[in-house]
Amino acid sequence: MTIKRVGIIGAGKVGIVLAGLALNAGYEVRISGSGSTEKIDLTIKTLVPGAIAAENEEVVANSDIIILAIPLSRYRNIDAGLFKNKLVIDATNYWWETDGIREEVLSPDSTSSEQVQAYFKDATIVKGFNHMGYHNLQEEAHAKGDAKRKALFITGDNHEAVDTVAQFVDTMGFDQIVHYNLADGIMTEPGSPLFGASLNYEDLKQIIDHFDETEFCKKVAASKFNE
Amino acid sequence: MVDINKLEFGIETFGDIVANEDGSVKTAAESIRQIIHEGEIADQYGIDVIGVGEHHRPDYSVSSPEIVLGAIASVTKNIKLATAVTVLSSDDPVRVYERFATLDGLSNGRAQVMLGRGSFTESFPLFGYDLTDYDDLFNEKLELYKKLQAETPVTWSGKFRASLKNQEVYPKTEKGELETYIGIGGSPESIIRAARFGYKVILAIIGGQADRFKPYIDLYHQAAKKYDMPEYPIAVHSHGFIADDGDDAKKVAFKNIKANFDRIGLTRGWAPMSREQFDGETKNGSFYVGTPEVVAQRIARTIDLLGLGRFDLVYGAGNQTAAQRERMIELFGTKVIPRVKEILTEKEAAK
Repeated sequence: MTIKRVGIIGAGKVGIVLAGLALNAGYEVRISGSGSTEKIDLTIKTLVPGAIAAENEEVVANSDIIILAIPLSRYRNIDAGLFKNKLVIDATNYWWETDGIREEVLSPDSTSSEQVQAYFKDATIVKGFNHMGYHNLQEEAHAKGDAKRKALFITGDNHEAVDTVAQFVDTMGFDQIVHYNLADGIMTEPGSPLFGASLNYEDLKQIIDHFDETEFCKKVAASKFNE
Repeated sequence: MVDINKLEFGIETFGDIVANEDGSVKTAAESIRQIIHEGEIADQYGIDVIGVGEHHRPDYSVSSPEIVLGAIASVTKNIKLATAVTVLSSDDPVRVYERFATLDGLSNGRAQVMLGRGSFTESFPLFGYDLTDYDDLFNEKLELYKKLQAETPVTWSGKFRASLKNQEVYPKTEKGELETYIGIGGSPESIIRAARFGYKVILAIIGGQADRFKPYIDLYHQAAKKYDMPEYPIAVHSHGFIADDGDDAKKVAFKNIKANFDRIGLTRGWAPMSREQFDGETKNGSFYVGTPEVVAQRIARTIDLLGLGRFDLVYGAGNQTAAQRERMIELFGTKVIPRVKEILTEKEAAK
């Protein structure tokens, strides 16, 4: 699949940073906020000139790949059929300031991206752009081969989709560590040593390959065992 | 362009618990008394503003900043007395206005309100608010506060507070209005909201390079024009530590800022701060750490780059000793501020 047009759902801190990176990488970029286009026009024009402000439907209809960059709790405000047959990168995380109490937005028995996938059942969800802070994403995108380049963890159940996203992430300025299991997204959820971490390929791989040794992993395993 | 004569410099404390020289920590009561003394010396060194935060946690001593500011008022002459910030979302705007109008009266017009949403959860259940309403609470209360600011009878109704019908709020201030900032973390939406209401803005830059905020400051000015509201120079607040020796400064700052950051990270779920991260923030990012010269150069760069009207340094993060805190305030007032002005004057002349 050739990606030329990128659609970003969410015009907050993360959405704006990703729109900027996509523009720099030469993509055609559309971006939507929670309401009318008028509400984000000024923001888009000022912060990411060149991106096209649009509403959700228009963004989805005109994009080869979608990035979901909204507060996690609000995915249910979007029509479950909107992303039908689309490849969607889930960049969301639980964050109390925007999501409220965790138990009210997430079920405890699966990972957040699995819940997003269950809701958008006709879309292909790949988790990505989750663990690095938005200002690290903005400041630390580098061309391939740059010694300062950082790596992102990409995971999803659909091999082809994961490979496509990995290639896309490469053009956005980051190395990739790829898993083919959406549930492995737990590794970058809040509480994990990777959440908020900005690491190069070797350091990121080291933690992911030995993830079962982390306190966080033991805690998650223990809470599952107790259920 | 930066107006050097009108530039303001502030220090802000979140009320962190002060350490003894032997590494043990002082009580909250002792820490509060230390802040009063720091306000007093900051005034003597000619610092323009002191800001005191509001927290409801064991690691911070101040939950009622106006009382602390009232005490500082009684031992100072010129310094402005600000909150950093007042958690408006879980407070009553009417009581907020009354408390600050009182502070303004007793301090000869030196009270300054900084309103924010807060970055901790404790105040919500404590005062009977639902965290789920985080955004709506702030929006509604900002709207009511704006009406109160006119100091005329208020008629208002909303979701989270009893309605007001043509009611007066007392005392009235001598200037007829409280100076009010809104503290924001920099989402585009919050910048536009601040501009739309016509508030002054103080940006919390607590991570990453100041450079990335340049377009956000453009956004504030564009939005103010769009809504036909007044435009004020932007203020910035960032963490820092100053000492006579650069290596000492880094050592103290790394230990304390890291402890503070990691403790908050436990509730937010972010990973502990690495040395690489700290060094990056200190070199090019938002930690202003080092000798007076190093800190002055970096503050001057940020003020010039972003066209600021005010720069506040957050001091005392983690558990620092009284001596460390006081020396930092002294160096900021006597060395850093004059040097920043000097650097900026040279820059303006070169333009």
